[in-house]
Amino acid sequence: MKTEILLGDEAVALGALHAGIRGAFAYPGTPATEMQEYLFRMQRKFPDVYVEWSANEKTAFEAGLGMSYIGQRTIVSMKHVGLNVAADPFMNSAITGVNGGLLIMVADDPGMHSSQNEQDTRYFGDFAKIITFEPSNQQEAYDMTLEAFRISEELKLPVLMRLVTRLAHSRSNVKVGEPLNHKPKGLEHDPKKWTLLPGNARIGFKRLIDQQPDLLNYSNDSSYQNINGSSNGKKMGVIASGVGYNYLMENSDVDEDMSVLKIGVYPIPDRLIKDFLKDKNEVLVVEDGYPFIESRIQTYVVNPELNIRGKLSGDLPETGELNPDVVRKALGKEPKGSSLQEAGKLAIPRPPRLCDGCAHIQVFDILDTLRDELDDLVVFSDIGCYTLGALRQPASIDSCVCMGASVGMAKGAANGGLQNSVGIIGDSTFMHSGIHTLLNAAGDNSPFTLVILDNSTTGMTGGQDLPLPGDKIEKLVVALGVPEEHVRIIDPRRNQFEDNQKIIHDEINYRGLSVIIARRECIVQLKAKKKKK
Amino acid sequence: MKQDIILAGVGGQGILSISFILVNSANEMGLNSKQSEVHGMSQRGGPVFAFVRISDETIYSDLIPSGEADLILGLEPMEALRYTQYLKKDGMLIVDQNPIKINNYDEDSINKAINDYPNHILLNADKIAKEVGNPLGANMVLGGVASPFLNLEESHMKASIKTLFGRKSEKIVESNIEAFDKGAELGRKFQKDLVIS
Repeated sequence: MKTEILLGDEAVALGALHAGIRGAFAYPGTPATEMQEYLFRMQRKFPDVYVEWSANEKTAFEAGLGMSYIGQRTIVSMKHVGLNVAADPFMNSAITGVNGGLLIMVADDPGMHSSQNEQDTRYFGDFAKIITFEPSNQQEAYDMTLEAFRISEELKLPVLMRLVTRLAHSRSNVKVGEPLNHKPKGLEHDPKKWTLLPGNARIGFKRLIDQQPDLLNYSNDSSYQNINGSSNGKKMGVIASGVGYNYLMENSDVDEDMSVLKIGVYPIPDRLIKDFLKDKNEVLVVEDGYPFIESRIQTYVVNPELNIRGKLSGDLPETGELNPDVVRKALGKEPKGSSLQEAGKLAIPRPPRLCDGCAHIQVFDILDTLRDELDDLVVFSDIGCYTLGALRQPASIDSCVCMGASVGMAKGAANGGLQNSVGIIGDSTFMHSGIHTLLNAAGDNSPFTLVILDNSTTGMTGGQDLPLPGDKIEKLVVALGVPEEHVRIIDPRRNQFEDNQKIIHDEINYRGLSVIIARRECIVQLKAKKKKK
Repeated sequence: MKQDIILAGVGGQGILSISFILVNSANEMGLNSKQSEVHGMSQRGGPVFAFVRISDETIYSDLIPSGEADLILGLEPMEALRYTQYLKKDGMLIVDQNPIKINNYDEDSINKAINDYPNHILLNADKIAKEVGNPLGANMVLGGVASPFLNLEESHMKASIKTLFGRKSEKIVESNIEAFDKGAELGRKFQKDLVIS
């Protein structure tokens, strides 16, 4: 056994390589990105593993499912909201089942460090009725990944692995073994199982339901569910999962009469919890994310007097991420003070902003000036570096909802009568989920202007490659049916301000569909390239 | 034997490089470590920090609890103060005096707060780095200043600098070690002057 220092994301990636994956599909998204980046870096050592940045999470998932179909182990990774995009194949893959082990690593972002919500992926595991692993540290992330592939093949079901930001983006020493000598299962024809016509799907769903007792047995018996010491006779219990367990143990100058049940695998282990709770008067549930375990616990309660504490009771905050301090408070312990506490107030917010020299700034400067003249101008924006346009004074953008929403919202507003409707989207986000909506808009010539910020990279997540070279975007846009004379390419530079302003102004004024491609390389990537040379 | 260290600055100041040196040295010495870091949106000119925890026992939380950090290493004065709630009662504050200003940056109050705190070292790491011909090496200078206060051996820290920059060039390794040495020399001097309880 050797020791490596790995991020939580990287521990899953190395576990997957050692489990014998044949491929990995992902779309970048904080805090999941580093899992795929690690696999790219390891390609020299594992040349047979196919690694790609997919167009979006749905395409990534489907490719993963195809690889599983032929009997190969596959990992698919994404951030939590990415699973919304992949939800269709994800939910249905539980009905088809899998052949080669299929692991979906999803990194949640409690506290919304870099996300638009803090949805909890454990609900998706529950929704699809499959097994979900929730590691509490980097070592477990590695070990559980190996186990996840094994159980996926044994149960012939996809398996979820839920990480949170604090594990995904924290490094620690991990004891790692050698790659398994895994023999792929091989191709198996079973068209009925894989063709979800209603008649087949009913059989598949029944099979999934019939498997649920096996899943529960697996969860109840898993070595990743742990009771610290003996639980019997102790009146106070704590149920903790994932990093919640770490924050509990950080404050573990615990009373003797408290016992701890650590949860690392779902479905929620019913027998284990029932048994754990039978002689308790009080239970505190510590879980990062939504009160998933806490909200189900009532089902397992034997003692009607049991006092259930957690997020729903208000003992822990229901929004934001957990930390050692809020857990300490819930345990009724005094906070540890700092003599410099007051000085901390001098640190005023330092909001993130677009890099100096970023081409997006040029586009925002132009749109800002046009607002004076076009008084009903609405700029629907999207997910990427350019969302930071919201932090300019005054804000340069009016919305940001989810990947690709700018196109649809600008279209809908225009269809509803808005005169000056503008969508603004990055090249990567456009390829992720803007293309279909633009196809819609071209079909009915919806009167709005879409600005595609083409910096030929996925900037916000650190510069991942695009599925299509940037200079092909105009061909794609024309092929979708946008009139060629209203597909304009600009070079967003300070010295071209007036020319660009006129082009953008003219196209917004045009009462039909137009697309402006603002093309200039990401300044960060440009600098990185120069450094390499 | 446990030490909790917070590295604070803004994007591009080399926080992750110092964290690597700390965590790698700990690993080489057979100690456990955890390092929580920032990626994504806040990297664009926002605050960047790393929580580094080193111990010979099990480390549970990736986050340092309030009032437990032994040391804050600030590459920027206001950013150093951003995490003071985590500093324990007699914790150390080591800060590069060069501000990266934003609107309403209260430089006088910030400097006063640092100077009023007994266990502090405020220095011009940037200037020292430039003097040794390594204009990007302020982070290494600060790492050097901190080194006598850490439960890490200097030899391991230098070996980690080699590991980190070895891929680039021998010259880059040397100039970073030089910056580190200059810092370490200063750190030892400060250590004599400071009464650390």
